[in-house]
Amino acid sequence: MTFAEKTTDHRKLRRWEGNVEADYYYTSGLAGERFFTELRKNGRILATHCPRCDLTYLPPRMYCERCLAELRDWKEVPATGRVEAFTVARLDEQGHEAPEPQVWAFIKFPGIHGGFVHLVAASEEKVKRGLEVRPRLKPQPLRTGEITDIEAFEPVEH
Amino acid sequence: MRKVAVIGAGMTLFRRRLMETPKELCFEASRMALDSAGIEMKDVDAVISGSAPDGFDGVHMKGEYYSDGCGAYGKPYMRVYVGGGTGVFSAISGWYHIASGLADIALIVNEEKMSSCMPHPQSVFAYIWDPILDRPLKPNLVWIFAMEMNRYMTVHKIKKEDIARVAVKNKRNAVDHPCAQLADPNITVDDVLNSEVMAWPVQRLDISPPSDGAAALVMASEDAVKRLHVETPVWMKGVGWCIDSTMWTDRDLYFPEYVASAAKMAYKMAKIDDPRKQIDFAEPYDPFDYKELHHMEGLLLCKKGEAPILTREGVTQRDGDLPTCPSGGLLGVGNPIAATMGVKIGELYWQLSGQAGKRQIPKEIKTGVTNAWGDLMQYGAVAVMGV
Amino acid sequence: MGQTPQKWPGIELSNDDLMNKKVTQTRYHPKAKFAWSAGEAISRFLNELKEGRLIGRECRHCKKILFPPRMFCEQCFKPTSKWVYLKDTGTIQTYSISYLDKDAKRITTPIYVGVVSIDGASEKMGIMHYFGEVTKDTIHIGMKVKAKWRPPLERTGSILDIEYFRPLKEGEQ
Repeated sequence: MTFAEKTTDHRKLRRWEGNVEADYYYTSGLAGERFFTELRKNGRILATHCPRCDLTYLPPRMYCERCLAELRDWKEVPATGRVEAFTVARLDEQGHEAPEPQVWAFIKFPGIHGGFVHLVAASEEKVKRGLEVRPRLKPQPLRTGEITDIEAFEPVEH
Repeated sequence: MRKVAVIGAGMTLFRRRLMETPKELCFEASRMALDSAGIEMKDVDAVISGSAPDGFDGVHMKGEYYSDGCGAYGKPYMRVYVGGGTGVFSAISGWYHIASGLADIALIVNEEKMSSCMPHPQSVFAYIWDPILDRPLKPNLVWIFAMEMNRYMTVHKIKKEDIARVAVKNKRNAVDHPCAQLADPNITVDDVLNSEVMAWPVQRLDISPPSDGAAALVMASEDAVKRLHVETPVWMKGVGWCIDSTMWTDRDLYFPEYVASAAKMAYKMAKIDDPRKQIDFAEPYDPFDYKELHHMEGLLLCKKGEAPILTREGVTQRDGDLPTCPSGGLLGVGNPIAATMGVKIGELYWQLSGQAGKRQIPKEIKTGVTNAWGDLMQYGAVAVMGV
Repeated sequence: MGQTPQKWPGIELSNDDLMNKKVTQTRYHPKAKFAWSAGEAISRFLNELKEGRLIGRECRHCKKILFPPRMFCEQCFKPTSKWVYLKDTGTIQTYSISYLDKDAKRITTPIYVGVVSIDGASEKMGIMHYFGEVTKDTIHIGMKVKAKWRPPLERTGSILDIEYFRPLKEGEQ
């Protein structure tokens, strides 16, 4: 059953405009605090290891996703990783044409479960699956304890 | 339908702001619940989570986002959300997962992180209002409660002193709750009556605070209870839920019809026809002090307008005839919306299994009732639990 | 079997910890803009407000005049049948005196707000609105009120085309 009447003059139909706004402060959490503090102060990237499931998580977690054990085993990840998958973005966040194309990749490290989605500082011709990359950090005084303390991943020159 | 029992529970501290991420809060509560039930994640067949607006934590689809902290990896998982009713409704969802035969053991995890939202969670609460009819008036959510409280007080000619007694009782009860945010052993009725007026008749000490926190339960079927040799299972005897119209300006707010409907549904299932006599204690939802009274009447524990009299006479104290909010409630422990499950269903579990410590009700108890309440005064979820 | 919990987890932070970045954090400000469709019933409601009139909708089945108007009756779940003009007077069903603004900041001049049921609609059919020309001693549940409309040129087709509801004066209708 439908409504008993319908407006057919679109000028009589109204809309109400408004917005949804708030500010968010996201804490890094117990594991994140250690990860980001280590990244900011010493430029090291840490992961946590679950002995029961033999998985080393990056970003590090306080708990194992599989068995829900509390994780207390911290290790540093290897110095270089590899591009597992990548894409080239030609539009910016708003959907407008970006000034330059950006290469975004999912980067994995050997022996580590998980990885980072981050910028690759290389032209799109140079990037391919398996490319060896290392993190390039901002200079220490400019680091704030956020994921952007890693500026990008750059190809390892051999 | 199969019988279902709660066999373990856990909760984090409730505080205005906690450091843990939403995932970590879920983990902490889940780990406690699993440990208290003596089982591991591999024993769990299904995971259910409840959490109120994504807008608090600030992550869209937060139920999926924090699911790995609930141990849901690779398991049947769903998030339920019925506004403030989620605190009891998640347990109801856990119940039907098992009662239907779909699962033998379920983990139910509720989480809320209101502190991420700045400057105050009110900024997000504001979006509950109708954008065209209400929001142009720039309302504050406290107005809703003030209007409902005023109607309730006027229809039954209740004095503020009698309502303030509830805040005093609950904040004092909360002293014995290890997770309490706003416990106060010395609070008096005068303190409440002299606290600053937010939106008359609501004053600052009439309200529970916004909080971060998480709570979790483990539920099991009768077979699993036997198999695990559970010593003190607490059975879900009856469940009920109901929603009223969203046109709240067309309703008389003095009595929550939808709570009564949900209560009747739960009492029918639990074979209770005289709640006042057959229910030994209650944990009604108390985000505001008058709400405890409003809900006691909605839960049919007394006649309309009678709840303040029972409070004045001490009937609802922990050592009274109908202990009400022995946990300290939301007023004393805190109000992290969905995670209030720890203070409602969790409290019923801890009381009925004799694990409530300093909060343990002195008289013999066999049956308790709790409710949670949500949206613009619309949603009622009720559970009756017993041994 | 398990055991009764002894330790309760959770690390508390102070306002200072969070505001002054004593703990690492990421900050974000989402910007979402909306244009909500008023729909059939509320479009007409807003158009009538611009003309200085209140309108309701009849549910023939329930024999009720519903306000705010809606195209279906949520009680019997049938389409409503016709438009009905209402008066701009009513009765206060409940009210509050607010010392908080919408962001929970304190204000010194209180806002009087509440639910007013409108004459001409069925019992207790109302909307939320401001009350004006009242004091905390004069306002009461059951008070008869009348809409104070903004001048025609200031009306835009909004609930705010009514500035507030004020006490009904002697002899007024």
